[in-house]
Amino acid sequence: MHFADNVDYPPWFRRPVVFLPALAILYLALWQGDAAHWAVTETILGVLKASATPVVVTAGLTALIGANVWLILGLPVRWQVFAVWVELALLLALFFVSFDLSWDFIRRKIWLLVSIGLINTLYISAASIAFASILALAGAMAKLSGNGVAIGVANFYTSFFRGIPLLMQIYIIYLGLPQLGVVIDAIPAGIVALSLCYGAYMTEIFRAGIESVPVGQWEAARALGFRPGTILARIILPQAMRVIIPPTGNQFIAMLKDSSLVSVIGVWELMYLARTEGQTEFRHIEMMLTASMIYWVMSGMLELAQARIEQHFGQAHAR
Amino acid sequence: MPADASPAGPPLEIRGLSKWYGAFQALDGIDLTIGRGERLVICGPSGSGKSTLIRTINALESFQRGKIRVDGVVLSRAPAAVAAIRARVGMVFQQFNLFPHLTVLENCTLPLRRVRGLSAEDARARAMLYLEKVHIPEQAAKFPAQLSGGQQQRVAIARAVAMGPQLLLLDEPTSALDPEMVKEVLDTMLGLAADGMTMAVVTHEMGFAREFATQVIFMDRGRIVETAAPADLFANPREERTRAFLRQVLRKD
Repeated sequence: MHFADNVDYPPWFRRPVVFLPALAILYLALWQGDAAHWAVTETILGVLKASATPVVVTAGLTALIGANVWLILGLPVRWQVFAVWVELALLLALFFVSFDLSWDFIRRKIWLLVSIGLINTLYISAASIAFASILALAGAMAKLSGNGVAIGVANFYTSFFRGIPLLMQIYIIYLGLPQLGVVIDAIPAGIVALSLCYGAYMTEIFRAGIESVPVGQWEAARALGFRPGTILARIILPQAMRVIIPPTGNQFIAMLKDSSLVSVIGVWELMYLARTEGQTEFRHIEMMLTASMIYWVMSGMLELAQARIEQHFGQAHAR
Repeated sequence: MPADASPAGPPLEIRGLSKWYGAFQALDGIDLTIGRGERLVICGPSGSGKSTLIRTINALESFQRGKIRVDGVVLSRAPAAVAAIRARVGMVFQQFNLFPHLTVLENCTLPLRRVRGLSAEDARARAMLYLEKVHIPEQAAKFPAQLSGGQQQRVAIARAVAMGPQLLLLDEPTSALDPEMVKEVLDTMLGLAADGMTMAVVTHEMGFAREFATQVIFMDRGRIVETAAPADLFANPREERTRAFLRQVLRKD
């Protein structure tokens, strides 16, 4: 996002009076941190290191970082973002590679993680998201209804389910409900717990979204004779969506990862499989990293979907 | 309530209407009748109850005492009665209150389809007819935010009139507009008057009221202080409060 204040900020970091001292400080910092002997330095500057003293290696590293920063600062914004993304991803990959991973093990197990773990995680998350949205809409309507009973139920619901840990809710539903004679399987129990928990958070989001629509919109709709359900579905919610969607996208991404909590009741979702499969050959890190990357890819897709939906509901305001 | 079978009375008949906000009395024993084709202008200082009166007529505000009848239908708190009243009364707001997520055309067609039950083609044809009446059919595909204030208010008028109301209420329809856009909205209202539309308007445009109204009431502190033909009220106000108010607003003009 650009802040259109019509000021051209000077590229101050590329001025010699700033840039050269910054390089000097970087050199000293690398020297102090003994960067010449880091494994990552060896990976990047392998050719140099074989025949060079630490002074030369540190200088080479400083020059490389300096040239990199200098070049990126000269790019257009879009390319700056792209270049920074690529470099950070490479550094992260180097970091992971330094763990001395067994790629063979990952290759053997990844299909199991995707075919069972990912599918179960997606299924649980998607079902929970759908039920949580319904609960949130009902909760928000109850809170705005002016009916004391409805407000009381909704307030108690959001207070309780926002107030206790999700892990506890999963236990209560899976292990507690059988005490009342309600026996519920692990996956449905997980979905119920996630729906109730996220429905409580999203109730507040939906309430704020509905309240953000000016009261004049309700009045105009009533004056035209629309029925209450039509007013909500066709007039109010489409406008409230602009406020509801960004925080709801956050909730969905958070839920995707919180769905790993249902592994405690033995659901074969992504994190459960990563843990149990890792144990088979004492390759925990491999499985955890693989699962993490799968989570990251899924949440990236949700981010893209969120951007598309925001664009859709923002169209009336794009002039 | 068999609303459509009721014997049609005058478009608006109000008897002994009183309303309180807690201890504050907003309306105090209002009696008012508007005959078919008549145009009432309501003026008075701010806080005098003008907007409250107009909003009470189509149940946007409740009231505690008195009786409101629109076209023979008695207003009560029953949903059927409220629906029957709102089917007969159109409303235009100071802030336009167009639906910003719908195009100009959809703003007009959605109530025609959902409330009047017209088919998509019929709703579209009827909406375009009324958008032509307010001289903005070419803006039909735009969103409200892309229109000037005057254009938005004319769309709001088209949206209300397309529903075929027996009575059109306008609550300070030009007060939120830039001065150069006031005239286009007032001209639209004069056009409706020429078509015989029954209207009740809260406005501070006194020059317009003289030309437009068949009847003017002056309100103060929830009461109707004076009722007169427009020429009489402006030339020869009987009440001192009316005279003081007219001195204020006419000086502003």
